[in-house]
Amino acid sequence: MSPALFLFRKREWIYFAILAFILAVVFPTVFDNFRLNLIGKYLTYAFVALGLVLCWGYGGILSLGQGIFFGLGGYCMAMFLKLESSTPEATAIQSTPGIPDFMDWNQLTSLPFWWEPFHSFTFTLFAIIAVPVALAFIISVAMFKRRVGGVYFAIITQAIAAILTILIIGQQGYTGGVNGITDLRTLLGWDIRSDNARYVFYFTCVALLLGSLILAQLVRVSKFGRLLIAMRDKEDRVRFSGYDVANFKIFIFCLAAAFSAIGGAMFTLQVGFMSPSFVGIVPSIEMVIFCAVGGRLSIFGAIYGALLVNAAKSTLSESFPELWLFAMGGLFIAVVMVFPEGVAGLFRQHIEPLVIRGLSIFRIGKVRKPRPAAE
Amino acid sequence: MIGDYTYTEFTSILAMQGFSGLTLFSVFVLMALGLAIIFGQMGVINMAHGEFMILGAYMTYLCSHFFSEYLPSLFSIYFFFAMILAFAASFLLGMLVEWGLIRFLYRRPLDTLLATWGVSLILQQVYRSVFGAREVGVTLPDWLMGSIALTDIIEIPINGLFVMGLTFLITIGVYLAMFRSKWGKSMRAVVQNRTMAGAVGINTKMVDRLTFGLGCGIAGIAGSAFTMIGSTGPTAGQLYIVDTFLIVVFGGAGSLIGTIASAFTISQAQSTIEFFLSGSMAKVLTLLTVVGILMLRPQGLFTLKIRR
Amino acid sequence: MRQNMTSPFSITRRALLAGMAVLPAFGFATSPLQAQEVATAVANTTGLAVTDDTVKVGILHSITGTMAISETGSVEAEKLAIEQINASGGVLGRKIEFIQEDGGSDWPTFAEKAKKLLVEDKTAAIFGCWTSASRKAVLPVFEQYNGMLYYPTFYEGLEESPNVIYTGQEATQQIIAGIDWVVREKGAKSFYLLGSDYIWPRTANKIARKHIEKLGLKVSGEEYYPLGHTQFNSVINKIKLKKPDVIYAIVVGGSNVAFYKQLKAAGIDMSKEKPLLLTISVTEDEVLGIGGENIAGAYASMKYFESLPNDNNKAFVSSFKGMWGDDSVIGDVTQAAYLGPWLWKAAVEKAGSFDIDKIREASPGIELTTAPEGYVRIHENHHLWSRTRIGHARTDGQFDVIYETEDLIEPNPFPEGYQ
Repeated sequence: MSPALFLFRKREWIYFAILAFILAVVFPTVFDNFRLNLIGKYLTYAFVALGLVLCWGYGGILSLGQGIFFGLGGYCMAMFLKLESSTPEATAIQSTPGIPDFMDWNQLTSLPFWWEPFHSFTFTLFAIIAVPVALAFIISVAMFKRRVGGVYFAIITQAIAAILTILIIGQQGYTGGVNGITDLRTLLGWDIRSDNARYVFYFTCVALLLGSLILAQLVRVSKFGRLLIAMRDKEDRVRFSGYDVANFKIFIFCLAAAFSAIGGAMFTLQVGFMSPSFVGIVPSIEMVIFCAVGGRLSIFGAIYGALLVNAAKSTLSESFPELWLFAMGGLFIAVVMVFPEGVAGLFRQHIEPLVIRGLSIFRIGKVRKPRPAAE
Repeated sequence: MIGDYTYTEFTSILAMQGFSGLTLFSVFVLMALGLAIIFGQMGVINMAHGEFMILGAYMTYLCSHFFSEYLPSLFSIYFFFAMILAFAASFLLGMLVEWGLIRFLYRRPLDTLLATWGVSLILQQVYRSVFGAREVGVTLPDWLMGSIALTDIIEIPINGLFVMGLTFLITIGVYLAMFRSKWGKSMRAVVQNRTMAGAVGINTKMVDRLTFGLGCGIAGIAGSAFTMIGSTGPTAGQLYIVDTFLIVVFGGAGSLIGTIASAFTISQAQSTIEFFLSGSMAKVLTLLTVVGILMLRPQGLFTLKIRR
Repeated sequence: MRQNMTSPFSITRRALLAGMAVLPAFGFATSPLQAQEVATAVANTTGLAVTDDTVKVGILHSITGTMAISETGSVEAEKLAIEQINASGGVLGRKIEFIQEDGGSDWPTFAEKAKKLLVEDKTAAIFGCWTSASRKAVLPVFEQYNGMLYYPTFYEGLEESPNVIYTGQEATQQIIAGIDWVVREKGAKSFYLLGSDYIWPRTANKIARKHIEKLGLKVSGEEYYPLGHTQFNSVINKIKLKKPDVIYAIVVGGSNVAFYKQLKAAGIDMSKEKPLLLTISVTEDEVLGIGGENIAGAYASMKYFESLPNDNNKAFVSSFKGMWGDDSVIGDVTQAAYLGPWLWKAAVEKAGSFDIDKIREASPGIELTTAPEGYVRIHENHHLWSRTRIGHARTDGQFDVIYETEDLIEPNPFPEGYQ
């Protein structure tokens, strides 16, 4: 069997192909540029949900602070774009031309030193991943090495999200404050607000997402993935078997942070600004629900979950604004009470058997026994 | 002269800041006590805690309207009725939530977190539909407002004293309930060994329900007291949730003394830092310190033992 | 041009006075310009949603989320204005139909919905946004798709977009007159500046500080608390020690309620005016939450109060309460939101066209004699010339207007010497 086939089972290859087809062909043909841009925005949350599947569904680590990493990734990208659009010519009316407008309003007369490297696109690409991962590393080393987990971890990540929000809002001379970093125009001289650019970003986003999906699958089917599950269900036994549980947790948490950061950067590109309202407690918990609705154990589900919840939010809040909070609240309750495995669970129960039967009819693949429930 | 201030001014600063710190301490204890019971004893993360507080606040608001309409002669003491009503309403709603939701999730703490977050969203929308999106003002009887002037600088706010007294009474009450009453015994028995407790004839389900209800009821009283110092609006509850959880976790879950000690430490630290630094930075510093210490000492200040 | 303007407005003014119920009886016969007079093909060359008898506009505010509290009043005022305009014959003889979208207190949602209103619905104008953050978020959308936004909130300035008409005051208009007044009338010598931690209070206090220092007076403290903060005892202690003549407070949202309650509880009696409290962030809307008895005696400096005793305002207040209930209150921003549709109508009729570019060209110099706040005029920088007034808070939640500037104050979003 070739390595590629080993990565996914046949059935999963089909799901992957269907997902890729929907994202790369169906959506762009069915929707106009405006809707497609919206979907692109939803997909940036799918990165976060994907990370959460790994770290929460498989690793048992619930982070209520994914907004931190989403935000940091987004801010790194926004800083680069802001510097690019703040040329001395474009900002000639300021008292100090050449620095971002919000700095000028806050009496800064020169660019803070830690903004300087963001003139470089290469550095920015590096920072988008490195900054959030570094923070995730610090948090997770401090916590997991001391065997803190579960609800404590959730609460601490939540507190860190709160701190970061207050900090960003309070340091408005350096961060743009509550308005965030706005009015981003070009990327390497190319107008990011044009319809053309939006198409390009959408496809970039899809490509990155599918890439991340494969990476996540790689983790899932590897020995490490199995260890994660073992660890989630009986941490002590894994530890007694001689594994350093903390290192696994640190790795998976950092990986989830990296996914979120990519999502954040793509978000900035597609939406055109970044603000502290995506960092705080409320957005961070909402990100968990994307994952939970899709199915906390399904990497495909994460993507459908992010799409579904966000689409529902847009349509429902358009037609019945009062109902939206009820629906959202109900969703939180339903995913823990009624369908804990989310959409993916429903799919696995009701539709997958049909798919398998269909496959066996066409003799595409042999019917295999379903994997253990923990999958 | 000390810094910019004279000696008398300096002592006044100390006195007043000390008092602010104590008020903040009382507020923190009130916020955290209910949560400490629910989280510490039952291991349930109740993200809707803030909304239960706001329920108490809205009950106080209704009460103030009722009394000023129909019983103006009793208006000066309506607040006591309001607190009872606030407790009752939150207690009953708490029991309802336990019955409908929490009891299915005892073994899944992370799931209770999500489910109660859902409850909090629903409650927010209910408040918005019933009471309107705007904040409502609660009229307080005159004797609760104003202050006692000790010197020309030092003035002690009466509502601060009231909150302190209330906190003291409730803490004593909770202590008696937990360590001196039959229910308290049952509750501790259930926490320590559910099966054994059941075997000796304790109705563990009822104990759970009462415990959860009690925690929510205390939140209701806290909310009622907060109408004196804070705002009453559909989303006001969210403002408290992070602080409250940090206090409980910092104190060490399961330990009432720990919660009180942690509320004391955090409130004194915050109020001192606030005096010397600007408000926002004080908040960031306090939170960072707490998180930092928690990373070094995850079990919190006081701890019985870590249960998983 | 001026003549062209007065005739429609004298009608609307009568209509306003008559109240909503009898409105349809007036107006139609003397409507200024009927649809047939300006053919759609002429009035709309850019494909906006304009037909021979209707024109679509957008209303974009938060109905849900934390900002819903504040933005409700603006939505109500805009709907009232639209209904009144329709009852008096519409705009260029066309009835206004509005499409309302919910920003959900979420800035990207604002951007998304603004784009929908401009690209899919082709609305001819959009009335909306409240926070600066939401305005900053939609701004690139309006500039890219060339829309026109009527933005009602008093704000920090530092902006002058060709695609926005700012119907609220920018910071210097609101602040300088207020400080001058308190210095002149109350002999204030020292100020304690306090605010919620975000751009508007910080910018406003920066302007206030510069102005106070220019006058040779003292700023004895400046401080910011996170949005939603509810414990103000420490800063109240500091205020008591520093003994400033004026507490200059720009606290917003839920913090407001906590701040004034704690101030009162700490024994700072505002009616004694030692220290005196001057705010630019508390309108009648906020007082509802704070409670009149907690803020009575404070001074607010802004351009509009519900109690303004002129005929325009009386008519406006009675129509507003007729439409939205006697319990509703009208704050500064609500009134500014009410101006939006009227200013747009005036601009469209002056230009004889719905085209955004023509409206932009026509807007400077547009005046409203029927504004509840009195007379306003659009400046070249798209802000309004307006008077600033000082209100003295009463226990019933209203303000007594005790002072108004003699002249209209020129809007100056990029004030020299205040940056």
